[in-house]
Amino acid sequence: MANESQSKISHPGKLGYSFRRNLNERFIEAFLFLSAALSIAIMLAIVAMLAKESVVFFQHVSLWDFLTDTQWTPLFDDAHYGILPLISGTVVSSLIALSVALPLGTIIAIYLSEFAPFTVREFAKPFLELLGGVPTVVYGYFALLFVTPLLQIIFPELPGFNLLSAGLVMGIMIIPYVSSMTEDAMRAVPMNLREGSYAMGATRFQTAIRVVMPAAFSGIAAAYILGISRAVGETMVVAIAAGMQPNLTWNPMEPAATITAYIVQVSLGDLPHGSIGYQTIFAAGLTLLLITLVFNIIGHMLRKRYREIY
Amino acid sequence: MQNNTEQSENATAYKSEVRNLNFYYGEFNALKNIDMVLHDKKITALIGPSGCGKSTFLRCFNRMHDLYSGNRYEGEIILHPDDVNILAANVDPIEVRMRISMVFQKPNPFPKSIYENVAYGLRVRGIRQRAILDEKVESALRNSALWDEVKDRLHDLAFNLSGGQQQRLCIARALATDPEILLFDEPTSALDPIATASIEELITDLKSKVTILIVTHNMQQAARVSDYTAYMYLGELIEFNVTDTIFIKPKNKQTEDYITGRFG
Repeated sequence: MANESQSKISHPGKLGYSFRRNLNERFIEAFLFLSAALSIAIMLAIVAMLAKESVVFFQHVSLWDFLTDTQWTPLFDDAHYGILPLISGTVVSSLIALSVALPLGTIIAIYLSEFAPFTVREFAKPFLELLGGVPTVVYGYFALLFVTPLLQIIFPELPGFNLLSAGLVMGIMIIPYVSSMTEDAMRAVPMNLREGSYAMGATRFQTAIRVVMPAAFSGIAAAYILGISRAVGETMVVAIAAGMQPNLTWNPMEPAATITAYIVQVSLGDLPHGSIGYQTIFAAGLTLLLITLVFNIIGHMLRKRYREIY
Repeated sequence: MQNNTEQSENATAYKSEVRNLNFYYGEFNALKNIDMVLHDKKITALIGPSGCGKSTFLRCFNRMHDLYSGNRYEGEIILHPDDVNILAANVDPIEVRMRISMVFQKPNPFPKSIYENVAYGLRVRGIRQRAILDEKVESALRNSALWDEVKDRLHDLAFNLSGGQQQRLCIARALATDPEILLFDEPTSALDPIATASIEELITDLKSKVTILIVTHNMQQAARVSDYTAYMYLGELIEFNVTDTIFIKPKNKQTEDYITGRFG
């Protein structure tokens, strides 16, 4: 041995458990457990609150009416409590948003992950993430005061409040979420898989579409599900730009209210707590929660079915 | 080292000639003035200690280095019978890879079915006719000694195969497009001895169909499968000769030291 270390680490002559180390570990474990438990407890509390208040609502309104009535006018004298108009508004605005966000987000991810030179990627990624950091209220006014007038040039009969403009802007807002997660998933695909494809004479595009994307499928599915959840749960843009009139329509050129926009409207209004009108927001909230829960479950199943297997 | 001038007469016996090849990773000169030949329908092994440049050399043959920026080739790799320098700027690396296939160190099947893995090279060439695909997939799987094991589950995911089967699948994938040269980059280093033996047997069988260049860490493997062996050290080709000569009577002291295990 050329250079023997000068200082020696001494090992005291015992191999039993150290009381202090043991205590430390237990303390840390308990702390970590409590942190994890807290988030679950909060989630359960939200569900419990929604369920409890919804029970009060459903004592006044039958579930059948709630699901089949085609009008949502809880604040009128002639009150109707059909959730369908809110669901139609939510679905239409979300579909428009997703038809923008999913294709564009995917294309951007493919470019950044497989084509962009290093410098472009380093510049474009923070810029895209900045797009995700713009407050949603700004997007809302962007939709109302910029995109809608622009659309009115093409469609002169378009009303000032409409689902189309709100959906389009919501789509732009969601792009960074989809593209960032999709790109992460694609970049996590190991290089030897890409090299295998190139070595077969494949082009970059063929490699991206035929090898990298299938390999990253579970991550891409997770990105899409997140995008869907964002679209369904988005509030500010639709509240500002789509009008707040519950309207059972599948036409994007009409004004309508989404579930979220309605909840904002009532929460900000001066309805007395405990009134049936006030109680409606919990039923609406519970519906929203169930919709997003379904998507999360689908996402979870997709991820389990196609987990990364490279 | 052989003299290139006298080789031109019997050039038909060569599938490829490497002339004064230099390769740079940025500033680093990874391959230095390499002259070598690949004999047609023979197996040539590249041996040498880690970092000697044998994989770098192998990956010049299918222009794999083009995938990363900052890499530079100098010199020529002539592909016969076309007499084209595949390193030339006007040669499309994709066209090169269509004719020179590669099998990697770690099996890297694509996230597709067994069938689609083998058909991949044909599909990227735009071949869609079912009859051609079926025929090519079957013959490639037969040639890689995998057909009997997978013929009843061609549409299962390739990841469900064992490591050795996956590597044979990768060989089938490379064979399906009828390449002229097949490159192997330490194809058995991730496999157990039984799978290794079957891959080696397969490589020996393939020599009747295709010219083979194989990088190996394992000297016994080079001795078992190859007809010619090149010993490389620090980016230089130290000795290149018939495998028996290299292993029994190497001319160079360094080669002898490496082969006898005194070094490396």
